[in-house]
Amino acid sequence: MTPEHTLLSQRFEAVPGSLALIRTAVQAAAETRGCGPKCVADIVMAVNEACMNIIQHAYKGDASGVIELEMHSTATELEVVLKDFAPPVDVDGIGPRRLEDVRPGGLGTFFIRQSMDDCTYGNLHDRCGNYLRMKKKIG
Amino acid sequence: MTYKVTEEHGYAIVHLTGDIDLSCSPEVRRTLLERLAAQQPTLVDMAGVSYIDSSGIASLVEAYQTARKKHLEFALVAVSEPALSVLELARLDKVFPIHASVSALSR
Repeated sequence: MTPEHTLLSQRFEAVPGSLALIRTAVQAAAETRGCGPKCVADIVMAVNEACMNIIQHAYKGDASGVIELEMHSTATELEVVLKDFAPPVDVDGIGPRRLEDVRPGGLGTFFIRQSMDDCTYGNLHDRCGNYLRMKKKIG
Repeated sequence: MTYKVTEEHGYAIVHLTGDIDLSCSPEVRRTLLERLAAQQPTLVDMAGVSYIDSSGIASLVEAYQTARKKHLEFALVAVSEPALSVLELARLDKVFPIHASVSALSR
């Protein structure tokens, strides 16, 4: 098995003002790892959308919340793990709206799934919270 | 994000610049809905948009649907490449009227 290399491990306040900082950190880490422009843009989009979901739906706007962001890489793949410490969400209920149903909202999880190769949502077992693990082949 | 509103050829033109994310999309939404509440046909100049997320897209969709209900013209103009790629991903490039420039629209 290829050993993992940690590219980023950082905590952010779960507020909209953190999103630009998060995008900058993710972009820098992905570029450092050698991802191309399209790959970088996809990862930045997915992480931004996932963090927005945490702010709006997990913490429901509670500005005292924290987002934990980790990025790891192997020889061929980049992995992003996002954790929040909000009450557990129903991971089976997370899904996009149909694109034909044009209305405001509901695109975040669609963007995430389009941008990444694999996404797994779950509840933390050791404490209150949720995680999202996303993987993308480096390109 | 910064924005300004101008008037040209009978349109209110909302010029957006920078990153449109959850930190500013409520302001974009409010600005667009205010123009439409004032019965102004509205254009969104997106030439300077460097990034837009789903919250920004939601503001545009809500404004577009409000304009349709009011029978007011609403369109996107000079959409930047980063913004267009997001609209295309959501297949909204086929929903919004999109024009190359304000002058192209007024001809």
